[in-house]
Amino acid sequence: MADAPNGRSLVVDAVTHRYPSGALAVENINLDVKGGEIIALLGPSGCGKTTLLRIIAGFIAQTQGRIIIGDDIVDALPPNKRAVGIVFQNYALFPHLSISENVAYGLAARGIDKAARQREAQRLLELVQLPTMAERLPRQLSGGQQQRVALARALAIKPSILLLDEPFAALDKNLRLDMQIEVKRLQRVSGITTLIVTHDQEEALSMADRVAVLSHGKLEQFGSPSDVYDRPQTLFVNTFVGSTNRMPGVVVSADRTAAKVRLDAGAEIIARPVGGALSEGGRVTVCIRPEHLQFVGDETGFAGVVGMSLPLGATVVHEVTTADGSGVKVSQARIGETRALENGAAVRLAPLAPSLANAFPATL
Amino acid sequence: MGAAPASRDVTSYGMGLAAPLALFFLLFFVAPLLQLLWLSLHNDTAGLHWGLGQYLHFLTDPFSLGVLGSTLLLGAEVTAVCLVLGFPIAWLYQRVGPKLQTIIILIVLLPLLTSVVVRTFAWIVILGRQGIINATLQSLGVIDTPLKLLYTQFGVVIALAQVQMPLMTLPLITALGRIDPNFDDASCSLGAGSWRTFFRIVLPLSLPGVIAGCTLTYAAAITAFITQSLIGGGQMLFMPMYLYQQASTLQNWPFASAISIIFLLAVLAVVSVFTTLGRMSRGYGGA
Ligand SMILES: Nc1ncnc2c1ncn2[C@@H]1O[C@H](COP(=O)(O)OP(=O)(O)O)[C@@H](O)[C@H]1O
Ligand SMILES: [Mg+2]
Repeated sequence: MADAPNGRSLVVDAVTHRYPSGALAVENINLDVKGGEIIALLGPSGCGKTTLLRIIAGFIAQTQGRIIIGDDIVDALPPNKRAVGIVFQNYALFPHLSISENVAYGLAARGIDKAARQREAQRLLELVQLPTMAERLPRQLSGGQQQRVALARALAIKPSILLLDEPFAALDKNLRLDMQIEVKRLQRVSGITTLIVTHDQEEALSMADRVAVLSHGKLEQFGSPSDVYDRPQTLFVNTFVGSTNRMPGVVVSADRTAAKVRLDAGAEIIARPVGGALSEGGRVTVCIRPEHLQFVGDETGFAGVVGMSLPLGATVVHEVTTADGSGVKVSQARIGETRALENGAAVRLAPLAPSLANAFPATL
Repeated sequence: MGAAPASRDVTSYGMGLAAPLALFFLLFFVAPLLQLLWLSLHNDTAGLHWGLGQYLHFLTDPFSLGVLGSTLLLGAEVTAVCLVLGFPIAWLYQRVGPKLQTIIILIVLLPLLTSVVVRTFAWIVILGRQGIINATLQSLGVIDTPLKLLYTQFGVVIALAQVQMPLMTLPLITALGRIDPNFDDASCSLGAGSWRTFFRIVLPLSLPGVIAGCTLTYAAAITAFITQSLIGGGQMLFMPMYLYQQASTLQNWPFASAISIIFLLAVLAVVSVFTTLGRMSRGYGGA
């Protein structure tokens, strides 16, 4: 795909969209995507991901803001003039056209002659590893194969941006992994700037160069997978990406880099303040991931009683009930023979390091 | 039946439930049809001499063949008008909000809620020499003398098209509603304009509805005795009226029977062409 006009940048500039029904689906979103990047739009169902995707594709005219592809403001262009390739969640392959006709559809719309179209369709079908399926109809293909065809069809028009809306949601787990690898491979080969919409945080973290986390139409954080996972900027990001324990507490003392928090569970710990300075005496929510908690032998940390222990392959997850009655999950690497914890055993827990506990001002 | 495997039972229940309807059809459809066939195979009105004379008469008589031809042509014209006018309505229906949808459905169904006789007389009022169209055109100065609209092929086609319109529009609405709206978006994002999307995607995928609508409209239009006779008047003769004259006025029951059998076969031939087309389009595996 050396001839693809790849690597065009995409700027979403202060985009807001309100549906005629009054629903504010997307609110003041800013994204600056470099040419050739893979971006994941991550958020729970209903947070506005599809709306943003459809605005970029040109199916919805946003209420406010601009979309800039490369050097062009594309707001005035209809979808068929934007050269944006889309892979729909249900693939939307034309059921009455053969696989090769589906792939060549966009080329026909561009007035390319039949022989050249067929050659190009065949080349793309080889690229997505379906060279022998050209004459079949979509319904004669499996879900994964249909998705490859949908990808080939979108790539055929040499789009400057490739958009994928929940592309793997309909696939079973093994096939999903195959297709994730496949999409990443094709993206590498073609160098096309790609936006993947997903509600699956693992998918976002594993596939994307950068992840944009959305909640209720607002951009919560836009950063690399490790930024989003290790340095979440909001309580929402901390809880939505990866799993975490939310422990309420009160600030004992705080400066810009560290806060001493008295947990309701009954211990004082040092946590990293996130999202502005914390005031003494203010209530906070401390987030600690299960893998960042450890059992301690001495009197530090907070006390709890072990409930259930779940061996999950490489790790064991223990459910611990703390003094204030809330549940906490602790994940331990399974190294050699892990100390078996009796149901009902009394334990004490503490974070591995202060930087691994995030304190957010509590919202009422 | 008692020894049949359990899985068969479901089928036999189904058959049992269909029995009353089957009996009804046997008594009131198949039996009269057989009687008709029996009558048509007689060369004389008294029904004493067997033979194919009536059929030979019809098939060698230019007048009779003319009536058959103009009836089949009328059906084709009405079907074409309904398709051309009905498709945009059905297409619009799928693209407007729920409020407008209700209004469109009401407009589409309204003709079904009034009697054919009433609707036909309304057309006489509209198309007549002093009718609404002529009066309007004259008062606007577009024409000096009234146009002849009533008792013309044009008048019959227009009136029949309006009367049979729901039979075309409803299957089309259903068929268009089954098309995944993502197809439109997919086609558009691949660079196709609205016309290409329509002819390459929407039209082929709505073909089952087009064929169902055409079959229903066609069958209804060529057999529409009341509208054909009232709007067509005495000058125009179509198969239903021809049949009626032979049976009722001339008491030539064998010839009337032969006419109806030939008419039936002609309609069946046209309908089977439609359904064959339908099966071919469904072979695409439409949405
Ligand atoms: N056509 C529409 N009309 C009105 N509201 C809509 C429409 N589509 C989506 N919404 C609303 O906008 C919000 C975002 O929807 P959507 O972009 O589909 O979210 P996501 O793709 O993240 O699940 C939701 O609250 C949804 O109810
Ligand atoms: Mg969505």
